[in-house]
Amino acid sequence: MIEMKDVTKKYPNGVTALRGVDISIKPGEFVYVVGPSGAGKSTFIKLMYREEKPTSGQIVVNGVNLSTLKDKSVPLLRRQIGVVFQDFKLLPTLTVYENVAFAMEVIEESPSAIKKRVMEVLDLVGLKSKARMLPGELSGGEQQRVSIARSIVNQPKVVIADEPTGNLDPDTAWGIMDIFEKINAKGTTLVMATHNKEIVNTIRRRVLAIEDGRIVRDEQRGDYGYEI
Amino acid sequence: MNSGGIMVMKSRTLRRHFRESFKNLSRNGWMTFAAISAVTVTLLLVGVFLTILLNLNKAATDIENDVEVRVLVKLDATKAEQQELKKRLSNLPEVASVTYSPKEKELQNLIKDMGEDFALFEQNNPLYDVFVVKTKRPADTPKVAKKIKNFQYTEDAIYGEKKVERLFSFLKTSRNVGLVLSIGLLFTAMFLISNTIKMTIFARRKEIEIMRLVGATNWFIRWPFLLEGLWLGLLGSLLPVAAVMIGYSYVIGAMTTYMQGHFIQPLPYSPFVWQISGILLLIGAFIGMWGSFVAVRRFLKV
Repeated sequence: MIEMKDVTKKYPNGVTALRGVDISIKPGEFVYVVGPSGAGKSTFIKLMYREEKPTSGQIVVNGVNLSTLKDKSVPLLRRQIGVVFQDFKLLPTLTVYENVAFAMEVIEESPSAIKKRVMEVLDLVGLKSKARMLPGELSGGEQQRVSIARSIVNQPKVVIADEPTGNLDPDTAWGIMDIFEKINAKGTTLVMATHNKEIVNTIRRRVLAIEDGRIVRDEQRGDYGYEI
Repeated sequence: MNSGGIMVMKSRTLRRHFRESFKNLSRNGWMTFAAISAVTVTLLLVGVFLTILLNLNKAATDIENDVEVRVLVKLDATKAEQQELKKRLSNLPEVASVTYSPKEKELQNLIKDMGEDFALFEQNNPLYDVFVVKTKRPADTPKVAKKIKNFQYTEDAIYGEKKVERLFSFLKTSRNVGLVLSIGLLFTAMFLISNTIKMTIFARRKEIEIMRLVGATNWFIRWPFLLEGLWLGLLGSLLPVAAVMIGYSYVIGAMTTYMQGHFIQPLPYSPFVWQISGILLLIGAFIGMWGSFVAVRRFLKV
């Protein structure tokens, strides 16, 4: 599903975020990415949805070689990848329904297909009853659920989440993990960068640890491995 | 892979882009007002400027067309020799027309211009018979006059020499200065609009970021902004168009009584005002779309 071969990323300011990363993630896997702040987790994530380009090395996502992908084809790659962020990235002037429908309007789906699918995913994340509310009227956990609904509404093969529980209290975080597990159970590959030790140690899945731009640990059913 | 570019757009999507662009206009009320004002002020200046410039141009053409070579026929030339001269004049390739004006008529013109005192000369007319020669291109006048001077039966060929040459160079300079100034003005306007739209886009950069994340093509993102720029440009040109329409009718009204019968005339209201309005609307539309295109480009990183 996601292959990286000898990937190095240097930023123009001289910072080397990743050094010679080799990784292979199979379809349907659930992978945690852990490591101290500034170790290169975010860069690792950003390379997957082509927000950043590698300085050297090869990346293949869902059969698409990102090294040879033209800029104008990036939108088509993004349609096969769902992205979830710590800060939700919802539009405050649109309702819950509109925020989710937005992702389908943008790829020019028909209104009837949009209506059907949006209600389906809102049901999945348990927000069907709040479809008409604005993001500002929801709790943090609910807002994150809207953003997850948006990320899966176009039925991507991969969902990439960058610290999705970072802004949430522990109870709410567990609710979010329930949804991610449901999504993964349906066969969607899930890559999640996180600092949440409790979650990683409880829901045991594959763990990639990044330190100083290198993969220092890759364990099936691993643990968080860091204090704090 | 098909990138869903500019060519293929579903009508539903087109409707969405229109809806979005109108929504954005009202959502960013003050920005909209600022941008429209910028277009209005600029196009007002451009409109007034163009009107003056084009009328100056018209005046120049009127003057140019009025330039003629007066060929004085030698007093001792016979009728047949006069005819021969006329033929030679007409055969010059640069010449458009040759009109004969006998000395009696010349005197009548003189009396009309200078007063009855000159009627004394009716006893003994000291004037020459004249061929009035018009050239096809006014700029050829000096050359033609020089040639004619050497013709047989020609006493002299007069066209106002230095005065005409100086007038031509003055008109040429003022035309060029006007052109440079109006181009400068337009660039200022484009810059203003581009900056204003950049600000409205800046206010919506989060929206653009999300659109890119969920896989919107660049053209999908660009269209509502281009349309918004178009509306700003068109709305901004409404007032200048009205000002030119109303203002020019006043000017024409004042001018016609003042310049009655003069060979220099202002451009007639009917086609001129519509042309200027069309030009202003086009300029408004163009700078609006161009401004937003430039502004969006930065945010799309292309």
